[in-house]
Amino acid sequence: MFDFSIVTGWIDNLLRNTLSCPGWLTSTIECILVAVGLLLAYTVIAMFYIMYERWVCAWIQCRRGPIRVGPAGLLQIFADVFKILTKEIVTLWHNDKFLFWLAPFFVVTASVLTFACLPWGKGMQVIDFNIGVFFIIAVSSLGVLGILLAGWSSNSKYTLLGAMRSGAQMVSYELSVGISILTVVCLAGTMSISGIVEAQNDGWFLFKGHLPAIIAFVIYIIAANAENNRGPFDLPEAEHELTAGYHSEYSGIHYGLFYLAEYLNLFIVSGIATLLFLGGWMPLHIPGWEGFNKVMDFIPSTFWFLGKAFFMTFVFMWIRWSFPRVRIDQMLALEWRILMPIGLVNLVVMALCVSFNWVF
Amino acid sequence: MEIKRPKIKSMKHEDFKDNEYIDQLVAELNAAGTNVVVGKLDQLLNWSRSNSLWPFCFGTSCCAIEFMCLGAARYDMARFGFEVARNSPRQADYIMCQGTITYRMAPALLRLYEQMAEPKYVIACGGCTISGGPFKNSYCVVKGVDEIIPVDVYMPGCPPRPEAMFYGLMQLQRKIKASKFLGGDNRKEDRKKFFEAKAAEEKDAAMRAEQMRLARESKAPVLE
Amino acid sequence: MADIQEKIGALCPEAQFDTSGELLLVIVPDEKWHALAKALKEELHYDYLTALVGMDWKDSLGCMYYLTNTDTQEMLHVKVSTTDRENPRLHTVSDVWAVANYQEREVYDFFGIVFINHPDMRRFFLRNDWVGYPLRKDYDDSPELNPLRLNPEENEDDTFSLIEEADGTLKRIDKKVFGPEEYVINVGPQHPSTHGVMRYRTSIDGELVKKVDVVSGYIHRGIEKLCEGMSYQSTLLYPERLDYMAAHMNRHAVCLCLEKALGIEVPHRAELIRMMMDELMRLSSHLLSYGCLTMDQGATTAFFYGFRERELIYEIFDKTCGARMSMSYSTIGGVVKDVHPDFIKDVRHLCAVMPDKLKEYHKLFTGNVIAVGRMKGVGILSKEDAINYAITGPSGRASGVHCDVRKCHPYSLYNEVEFDEVLLESGDSMDRYMVRMKEMEQSVKILEQCCDMLEKEGIEGEYCAKVPKMIKLPAGHWYQQVEASRGAFGVYIESDGDPKPFQKPYRMHFQSPCFNLVGVVDLTCKDNLFADLISITASIDYVIPDIDR
Repeated sequence: MFDFSIVTGWIDNLLRNTLSCPGWLTSTIECILVAVGLLLAYTVIAMFYIMYERWVCAWIQCRRGPIRVGPAGLLQIFADVFKILTKEIVTLWHNDKFLFWLAPFFVVTASVLTFACLPWGKGMQVIDFNIGVFFIIAVSSLGVLGILLAGWSSNSKYTLLGAMRSGAQMVSYELSVGISILTVVCLAGTMSISGIVEAQNDGWFLFKGHLPAIIAFVIYIIAANAENNRGPFDLPEAEHELTAGYHSEYSGIHYGLFYLAEYLNLFIVSGIATLLFLGGWMPLHIPGWEGFNKVMDFIPSTFWFLGKAFFMTFVFMWIRWSFPRVRIDQMLALEWRILMPIGLVNLVVMALCVSFNWVF
Repeated sequence: MEIKRPKIKSMKHEDFKDNEYIDQLVAELNAAGTNVVVGKLDQLLNWSRSNSLWPFCFGTSCCAIEFMCLGAARYDMARFGFEVARNSPRQADYIMCQGTITYRMAPALLRLYEQMAEPKYVIACGGCTISGGPFKNSYCVVKGVDEIIPVDVYMPGCPPRPEAMFYGLMQLQRKIKASKFLGGDNRKEDRKKFFEAKAAEEKDAAMRAEQMRLARESKAPVLE
Repeated sequence: MADIQEKIGALCPEAQFDTSGELLLVIVPDEKWHALAKALKEELHYDYLTALVGMDWKDSLGCMYYLTNTDTQEMLHVKVSTTDRENPRLHTVSDVWAVANYQEREVYDFFGIVFINHPDMRRFFLRNDWVGYPLRKDYDDSPELNPLRLNPEENEDDTFSLIEEADGTLKRIDKKVFGPEEYVINVGPQHPSTHGVMRYRTSIDGELVKKVDVVSGYIHRGIEKLCEGMSYQSTLLYPERLDYMAAHMNRHAVCLCLEKALGIEVPHRAELIRMMMDELMRLSSHLLSYGCLTMDQGATTAFFYGFRERELIYEIFDKTCGARMSMSYSTIGGVVKDVHPDFIKDVRHLCAVMPDKLKEYHKLFTGNVIAVGRMKGVGILSKEDAINYAITGPSGRASGVHCDVRKCHPYSLYNEVEFDEVLLESGDSMDRYMVRMKEMEQSVKILEQCCDMLEKEGIEGEYCAKVPKMIKLPAGHWYQQVEASRGAFGVYIESDGDPKPFQKPYRMHFQSPCFNLVGVVDLTCKDNLFADLISITASIDYVIPDIDR
């Protein structure tokens, strides 16, 4: 399998030795390159996801979806982006303008930071340090701050209700996400992202950890859906109750940023599910089928990662478009009375499994 | 650079009725002239705006049901990119008034319109919003939304069929394509004129009402 | 009838009786009315206030109360009037029949009659700065008095009641609807889930709803006043635009009322076609309400499934009536034209596919654990409350009230077909939803029988009776109910027997089912969560133009 670290190593070598740049310049140039690459990937993936959702939703609802703008509707998203970029940004009266402007950037920053941690392929990772998973949990929690700020600073009752709901929701479901991630960390024995992927070389954690891993996976899917304000847990922006929830008062590109972050968070959540349970960029290997495994190895690691993430996204969309919305008390009861206790017990079971070596 | 006649995919210019106004609009815009860069940018903007029209759901009666049919599987307006219906006026591009507007509703409609972000368009859908329709003689029905806000496209019908709604939306697309944004926004100027005329009219009406009141008061003692 | 007359005579010796009309008319002076109303409800079991019609008889102002005994389904009506045109006052009956609360506010709005002891005398439909009372015969409609005002209403919270003291003096008490400590959130008039332009001012505590104040009239078009300026045939245009999801039924009601007044015999075939159209409309309406209910709870996909089948019904309407909505199909004496040759085939196709599709709907939504959690035991409306608030239609039947007009007061050919009245017990959101789903099955059953009957009649036949071009009604008043999609829809027509060639109705009143439905929003939503407000109102399922008229 092609290792992307050859490319990064070559660039580093080129800058350091061939062009003999000083250390600080090399780092700066590399940082800029990585940032440009990341932001580009960020926008491209967000745009793809918006279309992806529209097509999947249309397919589930026996419709066609966007097919008219450009060939097969492919240019639809560009039209949307250009339009939203040039739309007026409405300035409100009687609100906290600084926080109002800050909120969408908070949300986007949180998602970009999390996005940067994902392992894209073999050797294709921006930062890889020993507490990578911990970092992911930490920065992804920043998003809720942006949402709370947005709801508060808009000076509207609807946005405030939406923000309060999302505050309660995201803070509670963070726990379940954390616990299910911890379960996997327990199985992998490391918090480093590359370590977790490497540990799945001989089998994905979903299969390796059998029952406790499957329970953790289900809990993760439910909690991640809630973290993301999607699916049956879209209370903070419950269209039919709160018009548009916490971003009711945002227009133009500010709203566009919320929209972008929402879809990107979907990718991040799917990406983390892939990383933790479905072997990250590892190809599918079936023990004993040597020929099959060889063929699988030929597919580049990035494709594996993206393919698994897109599949997970499809599952999330499927859930979203089939279920009605839960109520705030039911949602909190689900987390505190059901998911968290099960998650905790599951963590203990996983610890036992690992210590008695009952895993595959 | 010359502004071209707006084109709609798979519907010929000749298939539309009343093409004069579009031709006139294009001629007017061309009379001023623009440079190539600004013109190209304008074209891009117009293309994106006309293809990404997000409706603001403003259904008051029957027409709203037909609008739902427009979104449902048989007609599916998502094909044209019209489907992202926003419930917050800040994020929508056009307001489609579906159903009668009464005196009590009028302030709310005006407020919603003012809350929308530029560029914003208005479609009057159905007989009631165009002229008051069958309720024209009523004591509390607004005789057409154009008494309150400037209208871009009128869709007659009671209620208009979904096909008619598509036709109306395509007319709106054509109208957007024949507009200028950079170097003198022609729509903004039109709108300014509309609201100025409105203010003058209101002033006039207030004066007449005052006169009437005075006349009544002066008449009253005579009767006694 | 004589029996009841005696009993009422014993209760209130001042009452006068008139038996010349279709129903017993009791004329009561205002001072005795409140005591008689109480006795009528408690002793004679007239517990269902079917209609309350405000009237202006030029020399006097007053009200007509149509009452029904829910055990025997007997009806009578009471006339109460006052000759004071400057300060008209009547006693309220809102403490006897809760539904009268909003009805009396409507009468106050239209006629300026102030109801003594009414808890909340505000205008219901018109702006609070409106000048004059539009349905009075001497109303000045010059636009200078009531111009198009573009400023929001002021002092929305102000209200008053006129309290009668023990010694008979009246005292005006000014009140506020919401106190300064309440956190009031405004739902509507433009809100995605109010299904139109309805406005609720809800006082909430966290997510808990404490009180809902209904502010209506955002689509009040003054239809009753408009009817007074038109010929009888022209008025047929309006009922379809009240509840557009019950267009056929509403028009059917007006036609039946006029036919009753004129004594026209409608051909069997016409009645059959009308009935089929009614049932198709009911199917279409219940499908829409399924779609809206699911969408309001976030299950968007179910909405699209409901609309898929509605297109089949639209197609049938389109072929026969020439329009998808606002069909204008029934007319006085029958229907406008005969059905399309494909009609029976299309209806049979619809009947064939519906059972499978209904199963699909249930699979998609009904059994879902979230949906059950959202609807079961939420927004309970007890049987007593349902009768007290005159809730009819699917919402009433969910509370166990036997109120299907098709069974209680059979009209058209509903005697000849076999179907069950769906009655459920608990009156929560889930039951209201299930009644609709089950009623669709019954509608399909009726349609199948109708198809057989229509096939027997042949492809063509007499579809309209001979009706004079100029319709003139003798002096009198008539009331007719039909079962519309959302409950009992009543039409009240009063004629003064004007001998002029172009006769106009003296008064036309539409007793719309949704008007009563909106009256229970406060009752059912109180102490539920804010999200439940949406799901409860969706399950009650009203159409705003029907409320506002």
